[in-house]
Amino acid sequence: MSNISNTHESAGRNLTARALREGFFAALVALGLFVLFVGLETTQNIRNELVLNQRWGLLAVFVIVAAVGRFLSVAYIRPWMAARKAAATSKAPAEAEESFFKRNFSKIAIAALLVYPPLMVMLFGVQGSLKWVDNFGIQILIYVMLAWGLNIVVGLAGLLDLGYVAFYAVGAYSYALLSQQFGLSFWVLLPLSGILAAFWGIILGFPVLRLKGDYLAIVTLAFGEIIRLVLINWTEVTRGTFGVSGIPKASVFGIWSFDVGAANYFPKVFGLAMSSAYYKIFLFYLILALALLTAYVTIRLRRMPIGRAWEALREDEIACRSLGINTVTTKLTAFATGAMFGGFAGSFFAVRQGFVSPESFVFLESAIILAIVVLGGMGSLVGIAIAAVVMIGGTELLREMQFLKQIFGPEFTPELYRMLIFGLAMVIVMVWKPRGFVGSREPTAFLKERKAVSGTFTTEGHG
Amino acid sequence: MSDTLLSVKGVETYYGNIRALSGVDVEVKKGEIVSLIGANGAGKSTLMMTICGSPQARAGTVTFDGEDITRLPMHMIARRRIAQSPEGRRIFPRMTVYENLQMGASLDNLKYFNEDVEKIYTLFPRLKERQTQRGGTLSGGEQQMLSIGRALMARPKLLLLDEPSLGLAPLIVKGIFDAIKVLNREQGLTVFLVEQNAFAALKLSDRAYVMVNGQVTMSGSGRELLANPEVRAAYLEGGRH
Repeated sequence: MSNISNTHESAGRNLTARALREGFFAALVALGLFVLFVGLETTQNIRNELVLNQRWGLLAVFVIVAAVGRFLSVAYIRPWMAARKAAATSKAPAEAEESFFKRNFSKIAIAALLVYPPLMVMLFGVQGSLKWVDNFGIQILIYVMLAWGLNIVVGLAGLLDLGYVAFYAVGAYSYALLSQQFGLSFWVLLPLSGILAAFWGIILGFPVLRLKGDYLAIVTLAFGEIIRLVLINWTEVTRGTFGVSGIPKASVFGIWSFDVGAANYFPKVFGLAMSSAYYKIFLFYLILALALLTAYVTIRLRRMPIGRAWEALREDEIACRSLGINTVTTKLTAFATGAMFGGFAGSFFAVRQGFVSPESFVFLESAIILAIVVLGGMGSLVGIAIAAVVMIGGTELLREMQFLKQIFGPEFTPELYRMLIFGLAMVIVMVWKPRGFVGSREPTAFLKERKAVSGTFTTEGHG
Repeated sequence: MSDTLLSVKGVETYYGNIRALSGVDVEVKKGEIVSLIGANGAGKSTLMMTICGSPQARAGTVTFDGEDITRLPMHMIARRRIAQSPEGRRIFPRMTVYENLQMGASLDNLKYFNEDVEKIYTLFPRLKERQTQRGGTLSGGEQQMLSIGRALMARPKLLLLDEPSLGLAPLIVKGIFDAIKVLNREQGLTVFLVEQNAFAALKLSDRAYVMVNGQVTMSGSGRELLANPEVRAAYLEGGRH
């Protein structure tokens, strides 16, 4: 593609002409690229003969998208970005004071999340709110919590863990099996799942104490797979690939139940119509509380000796030991604490689904959670939450885009493209913001005068 | 108790099968500045790390304050109040200067932090100016000051310094060596110094050892060694940077 430098003194007509020209070239390139990929399709008919389908309409869509996109980019978007950049540099010192919204972002976000379910009920009705509360709200919050949990291991302690989903699985199966075998309630099993997951975190921690970076990543990856394979093959206990179904629902601290037949059925007590939406709203607040607990513990721990030791461990292990920090216990507590929150999230997952199977705990899940942590900016809670919303909300949104079928034909299933878009989004974020959405680490010790030195000037973290 | 603080006797240290130290004897008395000079690869840093317990000596003993510390893990040795400013400084780059100093005080869980941090700032006023800056953004000299400052935050009985002059301008080296002298004279801090900059180290030290190929070949007072023709030939005239 022709690479013309973007000078904003060029007159408007000149710019439009150039944009048209570049748009035309883009169309040519797109035509050349896609004529065989998209324009022609081979399928087999019923007699196993190869049939060549011509899809000129679809090809035209691709070419037009490329041409219009290039035209808009050259004619409008780039001049606008350049103008904005110029404006930003000219008035940067004046804008040192952060806006009200930016300063109180987390408070506003928590308030918005608290009113989110009632708002959805008001907008879409009780039944209509199900999708928004469950598919979007709960789904995203589970990943926020998982990513915040993994952040303790990866972001704070700098231990690259590719098998985090194993602890999620331990938590989920702990709840699923113990509630079925012993009839224990969710509120008893929630802490128990956390403890069991933390226990497995320590079990994993011991053999990998001496490992770092890529070696550690490989062993943790293997650990994740071992847990999954055990779940598949230990059929007497876990029922293998069939999974565990009919997992009891959680109750509101044992006071109100969400089982339709029960005397204290929540909607019945409050004289509401029967609907599963109330259960989902309850679950929404439950996972919100769990996620906020994770964030609170992380923030508190960062200011305590153990949290400071984690961060120092990430920066330099030998220096840590020379300062009298026991790196063995430091690493093990990082693994255990991270795993514990994974276990909490897992038992919540089991309660929400009512069904667990090894299929929910594949490596891809670990990769997605890790991607969220990295994209958000390792160590930054707000950045990670934003990354989870973008990544998980984005994939859920794709399911909603059924109108795309009208453009690309009825066989087009947008959610199949989620991995493609996931990858693309990661590449774009890493090019523009190599340290994630919120890249600079917040100091834990605040002094009266604060000099703004962005993390970009320091060397890249090795983790 | 005798006034010997650190005594290294017959220490042998290996990296795999390669012997880095063979039968090293070094002694540091309370209140002394002792330096260890030698060429690249002589084993100076290995001796320093052996005292700190990583790698551990395969033979011989390291005694600190009357206690055998040869087999203790590194963090337990640090808890005996042996602080070090390691080779390459090893400050925490993404933490601020203030947080780096906090890490140094983690042995006492910040109990004496406020009092001690003022002492460090008096010794190195530059660190106070830079206290909210991230360690990685400091200049080499400032990083060295931070590394020493962080070690001092642990209230050490013995301070180990591994090449504090490495890669620094002569004026800054002088500043750092002056600070070491002040610490020794005014607070009675015992210092064991590993240096390639033999001239500066010998001038500063009460006693010194010369190390060649993993063995101590010479020892004496700083002034004696400065005057010694062999030392002059090997480390001062030829090797002066």
